[in-house]
Amino acid sequence: MRTLVGVFEREEDILQATDAARRSGLTILDVYTPYAVHGLDRAMALQPSRLPWVCFLLGLFGATAKVWFEYWTTASSWAIDVGGKPWNSLPAFVPVTFEVMVLFAGVSTVIAFFLVAGLRPWRKAVLVHPRVTDDRFVLLLEQTDAAFDVTQVSRLLERHHVVHIEEREMQEVP
Amino acid sequence: MHPSHQRINSDLLRPLMHTSWKFYLLVAFFGAIVLTAVSTWLAQTYLGFGVTGIRWPVYWGFYVTSFVFWIGISHAGTLISAILRLVNAGWRRPVTRCAEVITVFALMIGALFPIIHLGRPWLAFWLFPYPSERLIWPNFRSPLVWDFFAISTYFTISLMFWYVGLIPDLATVRDRARAGLGKRLLSWFSLGWNGSYRVWQRYEIVYLLLAGLATPLVVSVHTIVSWDFATSVIPGWHATIFPPYFVAGAIFSGMAMVLTLMIIARATMRLERYITRRHVDVMSKLVIATGGMVALAYGTEFFMALYSANQYEQFVFMNRALGPFSWAYWTMVSCNVIAPQLLWFTRVRRHLGAVFAVSIFVNIGMWFERFTIIVTSLHRDYLPSSWADYAPTSIEVATLAGSVGLFFTCFLIFCRFIPVIAMSEVKGVIGTPSAGATGQPERPPERLPALAGMEA
Repeated sequence: MRTLVGVFEREEDILQATDAARRSGLTILDVYTPYAVHGLDRAMALQPSRLPWVCFLLGLFGATAKVWFEYWTTASSWAIDVGGKPWNSLPAFVPVTFEVMVLFAGVSTVIAFFLVAGLRPWRKAVLVHPRVTDDRFVLLLEQTDAAFDVTQVSRLLERHHVVHIEEREMQEVP
Repeated sequence: MHPSHQRINSDLLRPLMHTSWKFYLLVAFFGAIVLTAVSTWLAQTYLGFGVTGIRWPVYWGFYVTSFVFWIGISHAGTLISAILRLVNAGWRRPVTRCAEVITVFALMIGALFPIIHLGRPWLAFWLFPYPSERLIWPNFRSPLVWDFFAISTYFTISLMFWYVGLIPDLATVRDRARAGLGKRLLSWFSLGWNGSYRVWQRYEIVYLLLAGLATPLVVSVHTIVSWDFATSVIPGWHATIFPPYFVAGAIFSGMAMVLTLMIIARATMRLERYITRRHVDVMSKLVIATGGMVALAYGTEFFMALYSANQYEQFVFMNRALGPFSWAYWTMVSCNVIAPQLLWFTRVRRHLGAVFAVSIFVNIGMWFERFTIIVTSLHRDYLPSSWADYAPTSIEVATLAGSVGLFFTCFLIFCRFIPVIAMSEVKGVIGTPSAGATGQPERPPERLPALAGMEA
């Protein structure tokens, strides 16, 4: 896949350049930034993440499973009379149910995040620019077909103070 | 050029790249305290629990006091990074990492104490609901079981919160590190992070969700710790005020510990530009506010006991103030109620030494608060025939000292390997139009506008 790499020095430049690239119908493969730049998701027209659903559903599952488990252990599997309290002591089950809900919701959200974002310990970091974790912002565009005019796109990026432009052959988006 | 981002990297990575002899000296000092405590614990395990001063009727002495103390300290991290994140308080940014690491280490240390207190620590797994050969399940009506779930959940979530927050910074350190074992470990733990915005977008959502989960969690944890006391029928413990009283106390002590470590980090790692006097000032005000809640709780508790027309309750509180442990009670009152009042004065808040001293007083006072609650209620309960006294032995004192030593050893080692200020968070608010959009005046990048209004 043939790509065009544009390196920027300032947050407002990358924001405007990304916005301009999307408006001109270019294919934005990704943007690389040293920190979470606010508004870039709008500029890239990214869909909102579905991770809150994972959090909500797995939290609900954890809470339900825990209430059932507490009821089953306390009232069914091996019922023990503790100070004459009822077998099904629902109010007393609330604290642990809450904790397990939070545990399920939190752990599953993080695991789902690692899975969908492809973050793995053995993954080797491929940096599009050596200073992208320091102070550089990089816009990665795909040269979709022969109609992609490098000079014209370069001029577009130059309007937004690009400091370095490079054509690069890539196997996949890092 | 964008000098400020680079300067953040070089300023904050300096302690990681260069180590002075003082670091090794301090680690050796605190490490020696830890080793002493480990040997006393081994002695206690081998000889039996009789070597401590904990005996009937004071079954909860130094160990449970220290447990509640450290769990309380841990609450500051979540408060600062989760709650202040949810309310979008920009000034929190340079302080969050320090506060989160306090949470993780204080929780680890706090969770050691119930195991030390078990006497037979190899049976700790009995708390866990696993299908054992005894066929009996844990009693889910018991606050001690609730506590096990609360603390293990809190530890897991805090650890994840801290680790997820670390990943971008680990990647920054990785890209600066020289090849070797350190770099390999950093690549492993930074999970191949390459700054992709598709990942950043999800990252922000995950961080927000974790903050949203951690906020009620932190309230639930100390509430449940207080139920360990409040659901029993011991006079002085059996009170409905306990949950809010404990949560306020936990946040108060945590704030004081954050202040202590902030001032130490600022002085020893040349972070004056990031942890400014304004940060110390805001934190001091939070200490006054939470200290006020704690003082109100002390007053309410005392008043309700006297007003209760219950002679046991009245006796316990008079005994706290005037009995054999009155020295502990008045230490608590002077450290937690009187000392923080000094922070009302701007001149005191501007003097780092004075703020440091107050924060140490609060730490001491909060330990004595738990000591007072636990020991005074147990040593004089209903029947005078069951009254007794309590004095810790050298084993317990060494264990407490060891926990403090372990905390500082962990903190020092952490500062040596991981940036003590979240670089990606601080960078995120620097010299860009978004600084103007948040209503803060734009400043030249050299003056770190991220911390707008936070300069000395």
